[in-house]
Parts: sequence; structure tokens; C-alpha cells
Amino acid sequence: MSEAPSVLESPGMRAHPRWVRISHWILAASVLTLAVSGVVILMAHPRLYWGEAGNDLMPALVELPIGPNYRHVEFEGRAPIRQDDAAGPVSASRTTDIFNQNGWGRSLHFLAAWFLVVPGLVYLLTGMFRGHFRAHIWPQSLELAPPLVWREVRDHARFRIRRRPDDPEYGLLQKFAYSFVVFVAAPLVVLTGLTMSPTVSAAFPFLLTLFGGFQSARTIHFATFVTLLLFTLVHVVMVIASGFGRQMRAMTIGHSARPSGSLRTGN
Amino acid sequence: MKNRGLLTRRAAITAGLASLGAVAFARYPRELPPTYGHILRMGDAVTYAAQRALLPRQKRAREYSRADITSFPAIGTTDPGARKTDLGEEYRRLHAGAFKDWTLSVEGSVKSPRTFSLAELKALPSQTQITRHACEEGWSAIGEWTGVQLRHVLDAVGIQPRARFLVYTAYDDWIDSIDLLDALHPQTILAYGMNGRELPVPHGAPVRLRLETQLGAKSLKFLHTLTLVDEFNDGGPEGAIQNGWSWYMGI
Repeated sequence: MSEAPSVLESPGMRAHPRWVRISHWILAASVLTLAVSGVVILMAHPRLYWGEAGNDLMPALVELPIGPNYRHVEFEGRAPIRQDDAAGPVSASRTTDIFNQNGWGRSLHFLAAWFLVVPGLVYLLTGMFRGHFRAHIWPQSLELAPPLVWREVRDHARFRIRRRPDDPEYGLLQKFAYSFVVFVAAPLVVLTGLTMSPTVSAAFPFLLTLFGGFQSARTIHFATFVTLLLFTLVHVVMVIASGFGRQMRAMTIGHSARPSGSLRTGN
Repeated sequence: MKNRGLLTRRAAITAGLASLGAVAFARYPRELPPTYGHILRMGDAVTYAAQRALLPRQKRAREYSRADITSFPAIGTTDPGARKTDLGEEYRRLHAGAFKDWTLSVEGSVKSPRTFSLAELKALPSQTQITRHACEEGWSAIGEWTGVQLRHVLDAVGIQPRARFLVYTAYDDWIDSIDLLDALHPQTILAYGMNGRELPVPHGAPVRLRLETQLGAKSLKFLHTLTLVDEFNDGGPEGAIQNGWSWYMGI
């Protein structure tokens, strides 16, 4: 019941199993939708903070220059909330109408999140039980010899990525990148997202403790998104550089139409 | 051997998922918000059902210390009296009289509908909580709220067993509703005090709802009427759903 043997298309490469191909495209569509709706949500309040609380009357860690709300919001009637602490917290009334498309933005974000969480869990469980991660994604200890790691880094830095016939399907840095996305970034982005839900954080308050508060979770959520965005850019560039048509065939119909195709890139 | 091992794991997973499914089915909400065929509203309904089915219920939101209290923006309506509406005019009059004539009407599927004056609400057991207000826009603020548990008010009028939702309206013409699980949550209060003072007008004077398990937009300010209903009420053109928003804001 392990993975069905796939046809060896070219040295060091075989077809992606069907469950990988299906989950890849569901997750890709979900991540794209989450990225667009996430930016729309962020545009309503493009300020990031650390800790539990953060708002327009408090200093921001960073204010992102995205959308019409950037440095735009104004208040009136600013007054300290404690009579004995004039320099302490204040209250004030907002006078500016702000850009806010969260009606569809939030609902689309959470709808798309279901297509990340459910197929993502199916992918994780299938990958674990079929030994897919051990065989293909997780770096093997033999690959971690410093000279080999150094060679990979050097080759990538020079854009001369070599694949030898007896190499594993994925290069070491490729395995690092995929392992990071599957085992670190994706769980982190989901957990920080859930931490922002008032019902979830009431049910599991350790999430607030783990991420240092509601606003910290929001900031980590955004930072993880940026990391995933960078990964996606590099991923797409590498797919194009290593033969766009062949790679797309391998991830859609499951095999390369050019059995003689080489995986060599950049040389 | 390998196959047998896999089957055992598979059986364990199947059994686990089946029992999770059974528990989830039993806890699934009896009535979901209408979707009107809109795909986003379907997603909202799935999220609501999943949270109700899978999460431990009526857990208390985190509470903070006085030192954690932060600055607090007032957004949306900051004075209903400035509105040129019937309710705006009535609010202006009540405000001028220091809300002595303000009353909260509690009606619908209750055994004895009645109104509560501010003094009558204050005579009920009071509760103070320092909680985080999370706005759907993305900001948050920590404040101290004093009021009466909504549960006490509803107990005083007697909830009919057929009641399912609480609809509430406000002097700025807002209308919203919550299920009874949230209405009877121990931290759901009708707040008349903020940060040790009377609730200021921009934050909802004389009385606002504090619902700590959903986003701030559900905690309507300037409360006018509470109505227990037996079936889901979308609030009409002023309600969240017909305005393109999710009714459930626990996420």
C-alpha cells in the first residue's frame, strides 16, 4: 500500500503521485486567494504591533504604505481615560471614513482558509503514512554533510544548479524550502490566524501566550505570509528555469511528455 | 506486515474521525444563518457550525489587569444624537436628561416582557471585566467594563424554551443578533461603566453590549431593545447579512 511506483521520466525525476498533484493545486488556489483577501484585510488597518493591543491611538511597530488608510486616520476629543494620569491611555473619536472592504475580504479569507486547512491536513497525514516526506521532502542525514551543503549553496548562488543522475529528485536547498513551508510556515500561518479568532483564543488561551498576544499573532501571521510569498516567487522562477512545460506536465497530467527531458538547469 | 501495520493505523484514524464526527454532529447548531445562495455566506455558515461543533463551549476570554488597559478609539457612531433620525432625536432628549428616562425593553419569546431603567440594571448584580476588544478592521484595545450579566436580565424576564436567538437594536439604527450560547456566556454583559467611570457617549452610553467571544462590531453601543426570537432573524436591510457581512464574528 505504499506509493505506486511511478515511471522514471528522466534521471533523478519521477512523476508526482496523484494525491500530491491534486493537493498542490487546491492549496495553490487557496494560498493565492488567501494572499489577495489578506492584503485587502490588512489595507483596512495597515499598522502592525507587538503584544495584545494596538490601535490608531497607540504607536505602531510599522505602518505599511498600502492603500488609502496609510497615515490617513484622524481623531477628535482626545482625552485621558484616567483623571490622575494625563500621560496615560486616551480615548478619542474617529472622524475619518476609512477604506474597509472586510465584508467580503474577511469572509473570502476564511472560506479560502478551509481549503488550506482541510486539504492541508489530508496532505500532511497522507504524506506521513505513505512515507512521502521521509522519502522525498525531509533532508536525509547523508545529504547534510557540510561539503555537500556548501556545494549546493555555492551552485545556487551562481545559478548553476546541477543534477546528477543518482541525485535524489529534489536538491537539498529545495528540500529545505519545502520542509520549511510544510512543517513550519504553513502550521505557523494557520495557528497565528486561529489565535486572532476571539472564540478560538477563549477556548485555547495558550495560543495567545505562545505568540505573545493578539497583535503579535497578527504581526507573525503577516511576516509568515511575506516569507511564503518569497518562497512562491522563487518556486515559480525555479519551475520556469527548469523547464516550465515539463514541470507543469509533471504536476498536472502526472508525467512528462518528453521522456528524454533533462532536469539540468542553468547549464 | 507493512500492510497490516497500515491497516491498523487506518483503522485507528477511521475510528478517531468517526467519533469526532459523531461528537461534532451532536453539537452542530440547530439553526444556521441563511446564505441566500451566496458562496461567502456559505463559508461563514461552515465556520460558525465548525466552531460550535468542535470547540469547547462558553470558555471565558482572557482577562487582563488594570495596568494592561490601553488607549481606546471610538469608531462608527460616536453620538447618535447627531443623527437626523427619530431615534437620534429621542437619544438627544435622553442624553440631555442624563439618561434618567432611558429604558431598555426586553421582549419577544419571554415569559414576562418588561423594561429596565438604568437604575434597575445597576441594581442587579454587577460584574467588572478587563478584556480585549478586537475590531474587524484589525486593531485591538484593552478596557475595563462594568455591567450586569445579560443572563441575569434574561432570567428576570424568563426565557421561553423555544427561544433560539437574541436580536438587539440600538439608537444608531444598528441591529444584530447572537445565539443563546453567546447571549448566556458568563462574560456577556450589558455594560454601563468603562474604565471606572460612567460609559461615555462615544463608547455607547448609557448601555452597550460587551460580547467577548466575537469581534467588536457585534458589541452594539447605545442599546435600545432586546428581543428573544425563535427563528433566525437577519435584521433586514440594516442587518449584517444583507449588507454583505458575516453574521458570525467569532473568527
